[in-house]
Amino acid sequence: MLKDEDRIFKNLYNDKGSDIDASKKRGDWVDTKDLIKKGRDWIINEVKTSELRGRGGAGFPTGLKWSFAPKKVGSRPHYLVINGDESEPGTCKDRDILRFEPHKLIEGCLITSYAVQAHVCYIYIRGEYLIDGQKLQAAIDEAYEKKLIGKDASGTGWDLDIYIHYGAGAYICGEETALLESIEGKKGQPRLKPPFPAIIGLYGCPTIINNVETIAVVPTILRKGGKWFASLGKAKNTGTKIFCISGNVNNPCNVEEEMSIPLKELIEVHAGGVTGGWDNLQAVIPGGSSMPLLPKNICETIKMDFDSLITEKSGLGTAGVVVINKDQDIIKCMARIARFYKHESCGQCTPCREGSGWMWRMLERMTNGEASRDEIDMLEDVTNQIAGHTICAFGEGSSWPVQGLLKHFKKEIEKRNNINPMFNKKKDIPYLIDQHLLDKDNV
Amino acid sequence: MFRLKVNNIDIEIDEGLTVLQACEKAGVEIPRFCYHEKLSIAGNCRMCLVEMEKSPKPIASCAMPAIDGMVIKTNTPLVEKARKGVMEFLLANHPLDCPVCDQGGECDLQDQSMFYGVDKSRYKENKRAVSEKNMGPLIKTQMTRCIHCTRCIRFATEIAGVPELGAIGRGEDMQITTYLEKSMQSELSANVIDLCPVGALTSKPYVFEARPWELKKTETIDVMDAVGSNIRVDTYGWEVKRILPRINEDINEEWISDKTRYACDGLLKQRLDTPYIKYAGKFEKASWKEVFNIINVKIKSTNSSKICGFTGDLTNMETLYMFKEFFNKTLNSKNIEFRNNHSYINPENRENYIFNSSINGIEESDFILLIGSNPRYEATILNARIRKSYLKNRMKIFSLNDIGDLTYPYENLDGRTNTIKAIVENQHDLSKIIKSSKKPLIIIGQSALSSKSGKYIFESIKSFLKQNEKISMDWSSLNIMSEHSSTVGSLDLGVFNTIDGSNETLKNLEDHKYEIVYLLGQDSLKFKKENEFIIYQGSHGDKGAEIADIILPGSSYTEQDGYYTNLEGKLQKAYKATYPPGEAKEDWQILNELADTINHRKLFKDKDELLSSMLNYLKLFKENTSNKKSSNVNDLNFISEDIEINNTDYYYSNVIARSSKTMLNCRNEKLNFLKTGTES
Repeated sequence: MLKDEDRIFKNLYNDKGSDIDASKKRGDWVDTKDLIKKGRDWIINEVKTSELRGRGGAGFPTGLKWSFAPKKVGSRPHYLVINGDESEPGTCKDRDILRFEPHKLIEGCLITSYAVQAHVCYIYIRGEYLIDGQKLQAAIDEAYEKKLIGKDASGTGWDLDIYIHYGAGAYICGEETALLESIEGKKGQPRLKPPFPAIIGLYGCPTIINNVETIAVVPTILRKGGKWFASLGKAKNTGTKIFCISGNVNNPCNVEEEMSIPLKELIEVHAGGVTGGWDNLQAVIPGGSSMPLLPKNICETIKMDFDSLITEKSGLGTAGVVVINKDQDIIKCMARIARFYKHESCGQCTPCREGSGWMWRMLERMTNGEASRDEIDMLEDVTNQIAGHTICAFGEGSSWPVQGLLKHFKKEIEKRNNINPMFNKKKDIPYLIDQHLLDKDNV
Repeated sequence: MFRLKVNNIDIEIDEGLTVLQACEKAGVEIPRFCYHEKLSIAGNCRMCLVEMEKSPKPIASCAMPAIDGMVIKTNTPLVEKARKGVMEFLLANHPLDCPVCDQGGECDLQDQSMFYGVDKSRYKENKRAVSEKNMGPLIKTQMTRCIHCTRCIRFATEIAGVPELGAIGRGEDMQITTYLEKSMQSELSANVIDLCPVGALTSKPYVFEARPWELKKTETIDVMDAVGSNIRVDTYGWEVKRILPRINEDINEEWISDKTRYACDGLLKQRLDTPYIKYAGKFEKASWKEVFNIINVKIKSTNSSKICGFTGDLTNMETLYMFKEFFNKTLNSKNIEFRNNHSYINPENRENYIFNSSINGIEESDFILLIGSNPRYEATILNARIRKSYLKNRMKIFSLNDIGDLTYPYENLDGRTNTIKAIVENQHDLSKIIKSSKKPLIIIGQSALSSKSGKYIFESIKSFLKQNEKISMDWSSLNIMSEHSSTVGSLDLGVFNTIDGSNETLKNLEDHKYEIVYLLGQDSLKFKKENEFIIYQGSHGDKGAEIADIILPGSSYTEQDGYYTNLEGKLQKAYKATYPPGEAKEDWQILNELADTINHRKLFKDKDELLSSMLNYLKLFKENTSNKKSSNVNDLNFISEDIEINNTDYYYSNVIARSSKTMLNCRNEKLNFLKTGTES
């Protein structure tokens, strides 16, 4: 259990007020000037010491990312972009930061902008978060009024302007390069990498892109020290994390917890347990819909951090824990997720465009028990043909949940889909039937 | 220099290449759909995936920059699996309608699926169907076949400069469309048909006409404008079925204009296939012997100074030379002219009438001034080159007149000759810019040369550039934009009769001083016929044939071998792809036989003799003019006037285009579009 004094987001449930006075009482904006006075290298080093990893899903070390920005500003300005396009099903942590802890984010923006030498910061918010965006805008206005940002922000001599940009509802715009395209006013489609955004990003200028939660924890890390942050959790998986627990639990909630907390504790203590009791648990998606699910036996012991979940062929992702109990049809659940990914594929590159729809249609048939046995292996083959062959990580994101299903619930699918291919039974098929179906070896 | 290893072959490459290009250097073929050398990199088809050492995932070789020490493998099971997978996805929703697809036989998807695909489909779902999109009279769409490589979108936005193509929708519902389902407002639009690797965009006029393997392919030269684009003419029997571009990096790269591509159906229509004689206002069929005899009698009874000849826009150089010889030797007349208007020429030196900085040179220029020219319609390919140069150099472009959308931004001046006067007298801002530019480009068009101030504009600009050393061995800023394929050839061969650059023959014709007028493919003369006896020799029944008394059926550019000199002075040969219709003959042959009838002696024994005589003439001409110092022209009369751009009716600029139904459709489409008032 995380101790109360180690909690970063003290207003996660909005019982203390989100305006600037309440935030100042919680410690925001208190000594921003002193933190910045310590210099760029100190800030980046402190973040490196804290071993903070990106909270947006990929878990890339934040300090390392910042150090990729050119050391000196050349002819092109630097930009900081905050990714608040939180569209991953099962995830709602950024929303609560935007509306209840906006000043943590704004202060983080200032410090990060200073560290990566940006004078302009864009906060890209998912279009559906209109009201939360308005709350953030109100907080930004407050900060401008108090001269915390703007010209000579907080008396540091650093100029910073913050703009909010609303998305139009595409999941893919949460991918960092698609997000840049979207800000530029183009169709949200991921860019080819290399070049990476840290060198050529927004409008062709060096750009650092971070998740809302990553930036919002930075001021606290600097105040309490990187060592303090690193002391929480385990090595390489440090600090605290907001977990979003939803699905078949008695008390769905957002909760800030220490990294590496056992999944069972997270569900039992904070979410009030699985509906129908722990024994009624079927599977858990540990990190938002794009991560492979975990069956009950793994859920008993698994610890919630990046590396432990990778060893179980899953991932922490955004830490959106979706609990599925035995009342649910697990194949149908995955078919629904596959449909989501089919709908959200941007259509730019071939494997994802054509493969995501194919997976969904096969899963729909498998849900209804209309697929033949050999299609189960074929489905796995199709997921492997998508993952790793696409421009962005969406290819993996759409095929991992299916791979998770096939890994842990293959028997379930086989039980339901008992149709054997027709060519095994009857050899005397009339000529009009596709002849190639006859030789199974070549199928 | 970078050292790379591709499939254990060590290669050295220049910096700045991609992995795909490096693999090609090593002789390893990489399959691709979306990658195209002339377009930006999209990297979306994923067909070119290769294995790179230290990379867990295969990489898209078209987008990955090649770096020193890379180890690339293209023949591993991982790569093979990736290619097979991508190919399966591409074919999953691609219809199996190859037997009714016009792309069949020259389809990238078909070819590559033979090499990299599997022979059996595992896709059991329903295939996607996409509604067809209207893209105008040239492009037939069958969007179900589209594999979303986005080559067409990139061509439209980057090369053609009309961002009218785009993709709407997302994922598997993505569709390529022109948004409003109108035709693309570009003269280069049909190049997307060549770019489309599948049968999604095919040629509408050529739909279901032939299969590529049935066609005879002849590599030749285009005559629709003075650029001399390199083309391939595909014929089926007598008919010219289609025209495709050929790569020539110095001239047309790999694009051709819509007129070049689609005026070819005009070669089948309105053809003159037999000699005609006009009796009482009506044409009647006749034999060659009859018409030659009538002409013979008529010429013998007329004073040679009363005979004149005009050559046309599409005439090849052999015929021009033959025509000149015919007039000089057989008829003893000097009244020949290639111009159909009163434009100014200064034939003293070759640099006075060609595009001196060459088409490739446009890419190096740092300043462009257009005087009385609309390159978009006069030389579409050249305009595309200016756009390419603009995208690369972002140089300043000025035009004397406002000439509408050129696909790149330019500043227009007031269109008056006073501005030119101010420039050459150093009283204009542009004078300084021209002087300070390293490689300025001044393009003088026919609209300026044919105005009253044509002489003033040409000579004053030339002397201004000379004074400021902008005409030298390395770079000549003076560029003349010729509009017709025969113009530069005619000037080289001396098919004109002038003392001070004006068109005296035409003036005499307008004053009705001639009795016999010989029109050699000349259809654009604006004169009212009175008592003149008109002989028309040409391929199409158009304005020239209408006013003629005798019609001699000739050949078009696909029906005879012939040389053409393009606007930058490059001599190129067009080859015979098919034969003239009916009784029609090759043009030089008609003149040779006519000379035989008149003088009982042929001018040339055969075509080889004609050719060697002409090439000899050209050689001597070039030797004579190259060392010649240009004399100063003094009597320049400045007239203050507005230069008006001759509004070139792009789709109707010559007889072949006027006979073409496709061009008519394009023209109507364009006129309808203009009516909406959406074009600036």
